[in-house]
Amino acid sequence: MEHLLELQDVVIRFALRSGDLTAVDGVSFSLNRGERMGLVGESGAGKSVTGFSIIDLISKPGYISSGRILFEGKDLAGLSEEELRIIRGNRISMIFQDPMMTLNPVLTIGTQMVETLQAHRDISDEEAHGIALEKLRKVHIPSPEKRLIQYPHEFSGGMRQRIVIAIALLTDPALIIADEPTTALDVTIQAEILDLLLELCESEKTGLILITHDLAVVSQVTQKIAVMYAGKIVEMGDTTRIISQPKHPYTQGLINALPGSEHLGKRLNQIPGMMPNLMSIPPGCSFHPRCPLRVAVCAQQIPELLYYEKFSREVACHVMEQLSGGDL
Amino acid sequence: MGRLRRIRESYMLYSFLRDPVAMPCFIILCLLILVSFLSPVLAPYNPYEGASINVLNAETPPMWMSGGTPDFILGTDSQGRDLLSTLLYGMRISIIIGCCAVVMQAFLGVIIGLLSGYIGGRVDSFLMRLADVQLSFSTMMVAIFLGAIFQAAFGVSMYEEFAVPLLVLVIGLAEWPQYARTVRASVLAEKEKEYIEAARVIGLNAYRIMWRHILPNTLSPVLVISTVQVANAIMSEAALSFLGLGMPVTRPSLGSLINSGFEFIFSGSWWITLFPGVFLIVLILVINLLGDWLRDVLNPKLYKG
Amino acid sequence: MFAFTVRRIAQGIFVMLVISFLCFTIQHQIGDPVRDIVGISVSTAEREALRDKMGLNDPFLTQYVRFLGKAVHGDVGMSFFFKKPALSVILAKAPATLELVFISSIIIIFVSIPLGIYCAINPRKILSRIIMGLSIVGVSIPVFLTAIILIYIFSVELHWLPSYGRGQLVQIGPWRTGLLTLDGWKHLILPSIALSSIMLPLFIRLIRSQMMEVLETDYIKFAWAKGLHRKRIWFVHAFKNTLLPVITVGGVQLGTMIAFTILTETVFQWQGLGFLFIEAVERADTTLLVAYLMVVGVIFVVVNTLVDIVYGLVNPMVRIQGSK
Repeated sequence: MEHLLELQDVVIRFALRSGDLTAVDGVSFSLNRGERMGLVGESGAGKSVTGFSIIDLISKPGYISSGRILFEGKDLAGLSEEELRIIRGNRISMIFQDPMMTLNPVLTIGTQMVETLQAHRDISDEEAHGIALEKLRKVHIPSPEKRLIQYPHEFSGGMRQRIVIAIALLTDPALIIADEPTTALDVTIQAEILDLLLELCESEKTGLILITHDLAVVSQVTQKIAVMYAGKIVEMGDTTRIISQPKHPYTQGLINALPGSEHLGKRLNQIPGMMPNLMSIPPGCSFHPRCPLRVAVCAQQIPELLYYEKFSREVACHVMEQLSGGDL
Repeated sequence: MGRLRRIRESYMLYSFLRDPVAMPCFIILCLLILVSFLSPVLAPYNPYEGASINVLNAETPPMWMSGGTPDFILGTDSQGRDLLSTLLYGMRISIIIGCCAVVMQAFLGVIIGLLSGYIGGRVDSFLMRLADVQLSFSTMMVAIFLGAIFQAAFGVSMYEEFAVPLLVLVIGLAEWPQYARTVRASVLAEKEKEYIEAARVIGLNAYRIMWRHILPNTLSPVLVISTVQVANAIMSEAALSFLGLGMPVTRPSLGSLINSGFEFIFSGSWWITLFPGVFLIVLILVINLLGDWLRDVLNPKLYKG
Repeated sequence: MFAFTVRRIAQGIFVMLVISFLCFTIQHQIGDPVRDIVGISVSTAEREALRDKMGLNDPFLTQYVRFLGKAVHGDVGMSFFFKKPALSVILAKAPATLELVFISSIIIIFVSIPLGIYCAINPRKILSRIIMGLSIVGVSIPVFLTAIILIYIFSVELHWLPSYGRGQLVQIGPWRTGLLTLDGWKHLILPSIALSSIMLPLFIRLIRSQMMEVLETDYIKFAWAKGLHRKRIWFVHAFKNTLLPVITVGGVQLGTMIAFTILTETVFQWQGLGFLFIEAVERADTTLLVAYLMVVGVIFVVVNTLVDIVYGLVNPMVRIQGSK
């Protein structure tokens, strides 16, 4: 079966005066229709840049330097500006981190919804309004008729994120990319928004890439997870398996750092040290300076992302390779 | 603190040396300042000395044109003064007034800004309202009005006699709000910080807190504004002088020189206007370019508007 | 919105009171209304009698209130030179300046907006760099020099355009306009270019920097992600947000514009308010000078209040706060 989305060895660089900086270094993954996937990592791990690269909206001076991005079998790099535009917001929608900043402050909600529809479909204002109302109801906005003529600042943060989700759903996309959609919201509202997102993706069979630093969020919504560290995927596979049995030391560290019932009354386990600056990524495995399991080879050779049959997942770690003794 | 400053200075120096615009601008500016302040030595004639001036030489074209003589390299003005000498002396006056006026406005603005930001409350809202109104009237406008009022109050001859200090006062009074707003904004930002709170808790008095703790933090925006303001002040002075509200023709600045030359362009004597004009433009341009560069390097939070 | 408008108007009236007070103080200190009326050939005793009769020996505040009362009815005193009410002298000259300012504003708006947007959208293109480079040169050339250079090139050397005055005028009611004759337009070209010469680069730079800031925001990124057409993103999403700060600054710049009319009108001997003002200064016509200040003050306050209200109309945030 053809994948909905496939990234093949994507490298993203930032052209700076002092030379190029590699933000994403050879990321590959694929997503099936209706599948929900989480991209997890600390800030600066390259997860947001990867997300934006899919619709070719990396901020300047970033650019995709190599690799292929296939969406519904088409290579996005080969598309013209206009062909890309037709995919953006139509087949692939985005949800941004801060709903306070995502909506244009001087345009009404109605305008911002209608214009999206009319950018992709040849429909009248009335029809567009009808669809907008229907989607606002879907995201549980009370009295949507009144809300359409209001401006963004008249809504609370949670409401705004619902509107952003409604806009993302307007054109019934095949894929939604959500970049930290709940980070800027109150904890109570976070759960509501996640439930909503999950419910809508399930009912509409929409694919989802959820970019977040929060493992709890990912485990709630996604079926598949890719953990990123310093521009690379270090572990990828089924969400429940990875959460319950993390194999890469970094993933283990992340999960140990989560507050859970078994840690009640104890200090949270932090991963010692910091993620390296992109300017000074250590040689070998970029995680090795912080890794509790490191061996000599870790500092010299970059580990490959390999598929381990018995864990049914991909991991990039020398220690794993040695333990399994080449028995993948 | 000292080390931080050294790093910043070295970064400034580094980007200065690398910048293709800043460096030449700085050299040109230094040259202009140098020749204008050395004008008593460099200039072939003393334009203030009536004895050396012969009206018969009036409107002599520059030496490379027909009718020009090597005695007057850039020709003479309408009164027979050597244009090059008059111009150098004039530029000196322009620069002096520009710089003094900026010192004046910075002094006023920094003090008002400090007080306004530190005291707050009614004093603050009154002073800032005043600054608002004055800014909305535009500095050039206020300067012209003040100049006109001063001239009406003192009489033309008295005004001309004390033209330099009066112009400094006029331009200084007209342009303080820029400083006041910026300084106030940084005072408000600093005031919230813990070290100021700590200074107050250990019983330092307000004067000392402002002087030793708050003022140093406002320096980089003040520096950036000052550069641009020198250009503005020189331009204001030229405008006032051009309108006859500034330096008299007997002791011309670049602006009054342009004013006196203006009526002669119709008879074809363009040089009396053109040369002072070119010097004025170059002077303002290099200062503006340096100001732009400085703003990019220091990147302080400036009051917008 | 209503409350907001009322508050702005109240503020405007307050500023006007302050201005009138300053004006009156100036007139009181340096003006001599007796001389303005009878000249200098009258004996001291007669003058003193006249002073008493005119109430010039009354307390300062009483006189101010009287001044204010008259000013509200449009009487700000007699011009010493013209021997006519100062206000009517000013109103007779106003059309010239208003036409000049109007044409310059049109030049500024229609040139700076497209150029500013172009430079913001294509910051790295050579043309934008050239525009930005020229704009800083433009900011550095004083208005009166631009005017003189224009006169020298287009009048003295090329003889294409007239160098001074308003040319042939047509009287429509109280308004003497130069906009209805070809000659009038010819006379308008150079002064209006000169007047717009310094504001134009300022506005290009302002629009460019504001628009570049807006283009970096999340909501513009979201607009791209929605797959909107680029024209819609630039001209609706980004430009509308750029407009707000530009309107505010534009209102403030009106003052600079009036200051520059004084310079421009002096160079072109344009018979408008600025020219009148400089003449009044030269003739020590205090009443006329003060009247000019008052009129300019009124123009200012009215324009700034209007700008704030327009700002409120464009900006939904202010609109809502005002209505609450």
